[in-house]
Amino acid sequence: MLRIIISRIIQTLMVVFLLVTFTFFAVRAIPGNPFASDKATSPEEQAALEAYYGLDKPLHRQYAKYWKNILVDGDFGDSLAMKGRKVTTLLAESFPVSLKLGLLSLFLGVSIGIPLGIIAALFHNRWQDYLAMVIAMAGICIVAFVLGPIFQLSIAKPLDWLNVAGWQRSSDIILPSITLCFGVAAYLARLTRGGMLDVLSQDYIRSARAKGVPKLQIITRHALRPALVPAITYLGPAFAAIITGSFVVENIFLVPGMGQHFVLGITSKDYNLVLGLVLFYGILMGIANLMSDLALIFMDPKLRNS
Amino acid sequence: MTTSTQDASNEPLITEKGSSLWSDAYLRLKKNKLAILGGIIVILILTACFVVAPILSWVGYDGNQQDLSNRFAGFGEGGFLGTDQLGRDLLMRVLEGGQISLLVAIIATLLTVTIGVIYGGIAGYVGGRIGNAMMRIVDGLLAMPFLIIVILFREIISGHVDDLARILINDWGFDDNTVLRFANLIPLTFAIAGFGWLSMGRIVRSSAASLSKQEFVEAARSLGLTHHRILFRHILPNMLGPIIIYATLTIPSFILYEATLSYIGLGIEPPNSSWGKLIQEGANYLETNITVLAIPAVLFSLTLFAFNFLGDGLRDALDPKASKD
Repeated sequence: MLRIIISRIIQTLMVVFLLVTFTFFAVRAIPGNPFASDKATSPEEQAALEAYYGLDKPLHRQYAKYWKNILVDGDFGDSLAMKGRKVTTLLAESFPVSLKLGLLSLFLGVSIGIPLGIIAALFHNRWQDYLAMVIAMAGICIVAFVLGPIFQLSIAKPLDWLNVAGWQRSSDIILPSITLCFGVAAYLARLTRGGMLDVLSQDYIRSARAKGVPKLQIITRHALRPALVPAITYLGPAFAAIITGSFVVENIFLVPGMGQHFVLGITSKDYNLVLGLVLFYGILMGIANLMSDLALIFMDPKLRNS
Repeated sequence: MTTSTQDASNEPLITEKGSSLWSDAYLRLKKNKLAILGGIIVILILTACFVVAPILSWVGYDGNQQDLSNRFAGFGEGGFLGTDQLGRDLLMRVLEGGQISLLVAIIATLLTVTIGVIYGGIAGYVGGRIGNAMMRIVDGLLAMPFLIIVILFREIISGHVDDLARILINDWGFDDNTVLRFANLIPLTFAIAGFGWLSMGRIVRSSAASLSKQEFVEAARSLGLTHHRILFRHILPNMLGPIIIYATLTIPSFILYEATLSYIGLGIEPPNSSWGKLIQEGANYLETNITVLAIPAVLFSLTLFAFNFLGDGLRDALDPKASKD
C-alpha cells in the first residue's frame, strides 16, 4: 500500500516536471511577446518590461530561475498580463470558486449517473435500458454552450430568485452546476452500465443466485463494488478537470473561476500564469489518480493482490 | 450460429464459404436499429453539407449575402429556414458551417489515425523500455489541461501559417481570400489532432502489444520477414477493428472540440463559419429569435448523436467481447 503511494508520488512529480519543462519552452515558442499587445508601449518600454520580468535573459537561465523560485521560495512568479499580481494570488482567488462549483456538479453527476447506469444494466435490452442510454447520450451530445443559454432563458428568467448570470447570490451556483453535471452523469451512467453488465455475467454472481440470495442483496453486496471500477477510473481525471473549472460554463454564467485563466493565460502569453496552471493541474491530477487507485483497491478485492 | 445451420439444410454452399469477421460484424450491426439510424443520419448530413450545399450555392443561394431589411425572417421568407441577425439565409449558413465543422473534424481524425497508428504501432511492436518511454510521454501530455494544450498548439502553428500565408499572397500572387480561409483552418485542425492522437496512440499500442505476442506474429518473425512487413501486413490489418471504432467515435468528439474552440473565439474566424460559431452568435439573440440558436444547435447535437450511436454500434459489432449483449 505504502509502496503504491510512494511510487505514485514519484511518478506524479516526474510527470509534472516534464510537463512544466515542455510548457516552458512551448509557450515561448508562440510568436510575439507578452507585452506587444499592451496599449501604448513603445519598443523601449517593452524592452524595459522584458528586463523587469527577466525575459531578456537566455532561455536556460530563465528556466533555471523558474525552478529556483518555485523550489526555494514557493513563488510561481508574477502574472505578465495582470500587472502587479502574483500567479499564486490569482490561483488562490479563483480556485475556491471552481472547487465549490465543481464539487457540487460532481455530486450531482454521481448521484444521477450511477443509479441511471445500474438501472440500465438491470433492465438490460429492455425499454428502461434504451431510455437510460438515450438520456446518457443526450448528456454527452447536448453540450454546455447549448444547455447554458437554454437554462438561462427557460429557468432563470421566469424565476425572480435566480440570476441569469453572476456570482453574488448563493443561488448563483445552481444553474452552472446543473449545466456542468450533465456530462459527468452521462459518462458515469455508460461506464456503470458496462461495469455492472460485466460483473452480472460472472460465475460468482450465478453462484449467489443459485444459493438463493435475494436479488437486491446480490446487487448491493456482491455486484455493486466491482461494477463501479470503470466509473471510479474515470472519476479520477474527471475530478481534477472539473474542480479546476470550465471556461465555457464560467463564461456563460459569469463565474469568476479558474477556467478563464486557462484560455486567457495563453492568449495573452502570460507565461508564468500558464506554467503555474500546468503545475497546479498536474499535481491535482496526480492526487486525483492516486485517490481513485486507492478507491479501486478498496472496491475490487482482486486488485488488492496485484 | 443457428441461422447458418438452417441455411445449410437448404443451400450447403453457404456453409462452405464460412463467415468472415466482417460479414459477421455486418450482420450484428444490421440488428442494431439505433446504429443504423445513426448511420443514415450521418449519410444524410454529409450529403446535405457536401452535395446539396454546393449545388445550392452554384444555383445562386449565398450564405454570406446580407440583407438588413430582412432580419430574423420566418421559415420560407428570404430562405427555406428564414434568415439570421444580418438577414443571411439561415439554411445556407448552417450547411456551410457544417462543411467546415465536418471538414475540420474528419481531417483531424485522419491525422490522428495516421500519427496514432505509427506511434502506437511502433511503441507496441518494439515494446520494452523504448515502448514504455514512448507511452510515458503520451501519458504525460494527457495529464495536461485539454484547453491549454490545444490552444498552445494552435497559437504556435498559426504564427507560422500566417507567415506562410503572407508569402503565398505577396510573393506567389495567390488570391488572398482563398489563402486566408485555409490559413484559418489549418492551425485549428492540427491543434485538435495534436491533442487527439494521444488517446489513439494508446489504443493502438495496447492492441499492437497484445498482437505482437501472438503465435502468427512469432511465425512471421521466424520466417525472417522484415519488421516493416510484419507491422504492415500482419499486425495492422488485425488492428483495423479498434481503429475504425475509435475513429468513428473520434469524429464527434473533434466536432465538439472545434465547436468549443470556435465558441470561445479561438477557432473559426470570418468569413469561415462553423456550427460552434453559429451557436455562439445565436446565443446572443436568444431572446429576439430563438431559431438562430436552435437550428445550428439541433443540427450539431443531432450529428453528435448520430456519430456516437454509429460508433457504439460498430464497437458492439466488431468487438463482440467488449459489447455487453
